[in-house]
Amino acid sequence: MSGQIIATGRSAAGMPTGKLAVWMVIASEIPIFGGFLAPYLMHRVGHPDWGQMAASLNVWIGTFNTALLVTSSLFAMLAHAAAERGNGPLAAARLRLAAYGGLIFLCIKAYEWYTKISHGHVPQSGTFYGYYFSATGLHGIHILAGVAILLAIASQAEKGKHLGRVELIGIYWHFVDVVWFFLFHIFYIIR
Amino acid sequence: MASHSIPAPGHSEPLGHHDAHHEEHWFLKYCWSVDHKMIAKQYMITGLFMAIIGGFFAYVFRWQLAFPNEPVPLFGVVTPASYNMMITQHGTIMIFYVAMPLLLAAFGNYLIPLMVGADDMVFPRLNRASYQVFLISCIILIWSFFVPGGGFGGAWTSYPPLSASASYNLTPSGSTLWLLAVALEFVAFLMGGINFIVTAMNARAPGMKFEDVPMAVWMIVIASIMFMMSVGPLFAGSVLLLMDQNFGTHFFDPRTGGDPVLWQHLFWFFGHPEVYVVLLPALGFMAEILPVFSRKKLFGYRTLLYSSIGTACLSFFVWAHHQFIAGIDPRMANVFAATTVLISIPIAEMMFVFIATLYGSAIQFTVPMLWALSFLAEFLVGGVTGIFLGASGADIHFHDTYFVLAHFHYTFFPIAIIGSFAGLTYWFPKMFGRHLNEFWGKVHFWITVISFNFIWMPLFFTGIMGDHRRIYSFTNFPDLMTPDRVLLREISSVATAIMGLAQLIFFANFFYSMYRGRKAEANPYNANTLEWQCPSPPPHGNFAEMPTVYRAPYEYSHPDRETDFWPQHEPPAGAGALKPEGAH
Amino acid sequence: MAEHRPSPDSEGSGWQPLARSVFFTTTLGAIIVVSVVLFYIFSGGEDYIARLIPALSSYAGDIDHLILLIAALVGFWFFAALFAFFVLLFKYRARPGHKASYLATHEHQLETWIAWPHWLVIACDLVIIVVAVKVWHMVKQVAPPPDTTVRIIAQQWSWTFRHPGPDNKLDTADDIVTIDRLHVPVNKVVHFQLRSKDVLHDFAVPVFRLKQDAVPGRTITGWFKPTRAGAWDIQCAEICGIGHGLMPARLFVETPEQHAAFLDAGAKSAQLPGGQPIY
Ligand code: HEA
Ligand code: HEA
Ligand code: CUA
Ligand SMILES: [Cu+2]
Repeated sequence: MSGQIIATGRSAAGMPTGKLAVWMVIASEIPIFGGFLAPYLMHRVGHPDWGQMAASLNVWIGTFNTALLVTSSLFAMLAHAAAERGNGPLAAARLRLAAYGGLIFLCIKAYEWYTKISHGHVPQSGTFYGYYFSATGLHGIHILAGVAILLAIASQAEKGKHLGRVELIGIYWHFVDVVWFFLFHIFYIIR
Repeated sequence: MASHSIPAPGHSEPLGHHDAHHEEHWFLKYCWSVDHKMIAKQYMITGLFMAIIGGFFAYVFRWQLAFPNEPVPLFGVVTPASYNMMITQHGTIMIFYVAMPLLLAAFGNYLIPLMVGADDMVFPRLNRASYQVFLISCIILIWSFFVPGGGFGGAWTSYPPLSASASYNLTPSGSTLWLLAVALEFVAFLMGGINFIVTAMNARAPGMKFEDVPMAVWMIVIASIMFMMSVGPLFAGSVLLLMDQNFGTHFFDPRTGGDPVLWQHLFWFFGHPEVYVVLLPALGFMAEILPVFSRKKLFGYRTLLYSSIGTACLSFFVWAHHQFIAGIDPRMANVFAATTVLISIPIAEMMFVFIATLYGSAIQFTVPMLWALSFLAEFLVGGVTGIFLGASGADIHFHDTYFVLAHFHYTFFPIAIIGSFAGLTYWFPKMFGRHLNEFWGKVHFWITVISFNFIWMPLFFTGIMGDHRRIYSFTNFPDLMTPDRVLLREISSVATAIMGLAQLIFFANFFYSMYRGRKAEANPYNANTLEWQCPSPPPHGNFAEMPTVYRAPYEYSHPDRETDFWPQHEPPAGAGALKPEGAH
Repeated sequence: MAEHRPSPDSEGSGWQPLARSVFFTTTLGAIIVVSVVLFYIFSGGEDYIARLIPALSSYAGDIDHLILLIAALVGFWFFAALFAFFVLLFKYRARPGHKASYLATHEHQLETWIAWPHWLVIACDLVIIVVAVKVWHMVKQVAPPPDTTVRIIAQQWSWTFRHPGPDNKLDTADDIVTIDRLHVPVNKVVHFQLRSKDVLHDFAVPVFRLKQDAVPGRTITGWFKPTRAGAWDIQCAEICGIGHGLMPARLFVETPEQHAAFLDAGAKSAQLPGGQPIY
């Protein structure tokens, strides 16, 4: 590449390019999750019987997972604060904590799936479970990706590189958190 | 030559420099480049290639419709299965693999950085990845034609239950591969779109205010935003459909609590905005080409901008006009009929703006201008016929007849083919540093446009007379085999063959001029926008020193200038005094 | 002057003649539109479409009317736009000694000239919407009480028609079941119950201007009232797989005596409950 990449550094819109991009990613993700949740809700209204299936989900596990993600993204925020103060290692440590939160979430989710499946509640056994598995599955993939990025950025931040990115992954991580919040409510809570 | 009838005194010096030519390995240069111009060309060539496939299919099944059950020249006998497969792939290819890559990806990639005065996209690697994903999806699509059972034949709308189960569509792997290809294509364009939007927002040259942004950029950005907002649900839908096809779930299966109509909502919630996603970039090209070749300021920049945004917003509330008689609640149809017909207002305003631009101008009928003008005339036909369909009562008769097909070919062909030709012929000198041949360009233009009308005008009438879509042969319908109907179909099919042949002229002209054409200077048309201020073709990095923008893009024939154009980057008289305001 | 930064729509000279001409063309347009509508209302419009394809149901004429009304309204705009377009192309072609003028408008000036066509288009849209909804309501939202009811079952790739027998009741012993041939009496309101066994199909009778998707898992009811005896095509208008082009059916609109003949012929052959297909 020719050495003169100038314009990519501009921020004519007054917002750092990376941040703008993250928001764009989120803006394009919302309709995707919306595409899962809106039909689910429509059907849910039409099928009172889905209530029992919903009842089979373990609210306590769900609640715990929610708390887990909230704390996890709290650490992401703290990491940002540290990065603001230019403290790379601290930011890295907090990012890793956030990532571990995500990992534990995944383990618990795996356990939950396992129990469901062992009880014969597979995606094929009803549209409710179909939506449950596909929506939580897609969210799980986002968590997985988030964890990977968190760890990658942590290792950069440790060397004090790209501290700006700490905030970006934070935004994304909060988004994944919020998505789970919705999933939790419409799958576990409403009866 | 017409395009140079105007001498260019005070010719603005190209800003570029040529020393960016350090020799790279051809693979790095052509296949692994992160240069937005190279990626644009990759998208363009791929799009043209797919257009040939889609066009060939069109020729084959058109021929079958006119001369049923006799072998088609260059193809052979068309079976019901291969017919369904070909129309399905034709629709898919023409929309997702021709219109989108040419109008959005190719020109978006090529124009946005040049027009906003940047050296490249803000995320060059993401850009390269976007094309590579797109390429994979093309390969999967073409591969799917040859798998056992053949390619998917359930129409480009892919309605379940037909598409959801191999026991219905009899294409076990074809349908899955088709869905996979389309889903991947969405991913590719999401990546590209994010790049477009962020680049246009953030990488604008200093001094370029929102209203100094050329229309083409605006339109491509608005289109990308629409795509981003509308494709998500369909993406989710295709995941669900993939599960139905392969893992035995029942999201769209009525027998177990699923709902086949759900897919239609997800599809058309995307599907209708999609048609404006391809419309807007084409209108953007017109907004660039018309002022340049009428040497006249674009009439009502703001009107055009606002009405395109209005169209974009309104287009999210009309989708069910594709489902009037699909078994949705009939009361819903009333709402959607109203929103649908009302969308004519912003689009009418855009048309009026273009027509008014011609008022008091000096029109040079160059090849790009001819394409641009024919776009306006032809699109009007497609547009007004849309209203017949939007009127729910009339759509009872028109739904899924050839009237619908004629309607949307009169919109899509001007957009995807005429629009692309307009863009290609207009920016060709910039892309390849050489001129296309005017004469053969005009020959190709006239043959294509005339044959196009001969293809589709008759089919409006066969549609009214009851020809329905996706019927591989009308011989089974006594009422449809009357001589007049047969004649109309034959006219249309012969015209299709002629149009197909005419494209050879284009390709010959295209590739010959690429290497042998008359050399083009930096700004052959005396245009204002920034892409013309760097050498043709622009080196990697585009501008030697980054331009500063001082004015709106369409200042042609300004009274107090001796030249009839006023480049955006040209400092005002006594420039030094006035320092550019940075963009807000 | 050169320093000052022209806004994209900065004031220019010479917009007044344009505004004036637009004002006149559009007021003229208004008059034409109104007269076209009046002309159309007082002329038996439907005949123009009926020349292309016979209109043989009670509401076919109304749908044709709607189509022609739209044709009149958008047709005016279409030709007006094209007329202006070509006139401008000719008038302002580049030629020696002819120079383009620098003319652009400022917002309020823009309004003066865009407002007129703008409001006119809205007016046309409203007319179209009102009439369209009226027709739609009549065909799809309400139905006159049935004289007889048939059940239509679509499947890959054939139609099964279940006629009520002489007792004019469905699901009785004397029902007459036929494949790919539907028999209805002329000038009677016929309700149909549309079902599908597998995928989406669409029951389409162009001469009736009738079309309705068949959705598996649902029974969709609709109606029509044939106005002339004869035999016509039934098409499947929703792609349903390889045989989509191969599921034509025939519609027999029968005079009372023909229909009576059909009924007792069927009744004779209908030994088992549910009746046997007669071909
Ligand atoms: C880019 C492509 C494109 C564009 C721009 C449009 C534009 C429009 N389309 Fe089209 N449409 C398609 C592509 C497109 N469509 C496709 C692909 C299908 C079929 C999909 C499938 O089933 O396979 C389809 C199908 C389709 C249907 C469903 C038909 C059916 O299946 O039963 C309907 C129904 O409302 C419709 C309506 C419209 C309307 C109202 C517009 C409006 O945007 C048009 C507005 C423009 C004008 C009106 C002209 C300019 C205005 C004036 C000159 C002023 C005067 C006008 C009035 C007074 C009204 N379209
Ligand atoms: C962009 C969209 C687009 C375009 C351009 C076309 C172009 C054409 N289409 Fe297509 N068509 C669709 C989109 C398009 N179509 C869709 C969405 C469907 C619905 C599918 C379905 O029902 O599922 C459809 C269906 C469809 C049918 C209905 C089949 C059926 O329902 O039974 C028919 C039949 O005549 C048809 C014919 C044609 C013809 C003759 C052309 C000709 O006008 C054009 C032929 C093209 C060429 C001969 C060459 C093309 C150009 C080049 C090779 C040069 C490339 C260079 C540049 C573009 C710069 N099309
Ligand atoms: Cu049945 Cu098409
Ligand atoms: Cu639409």
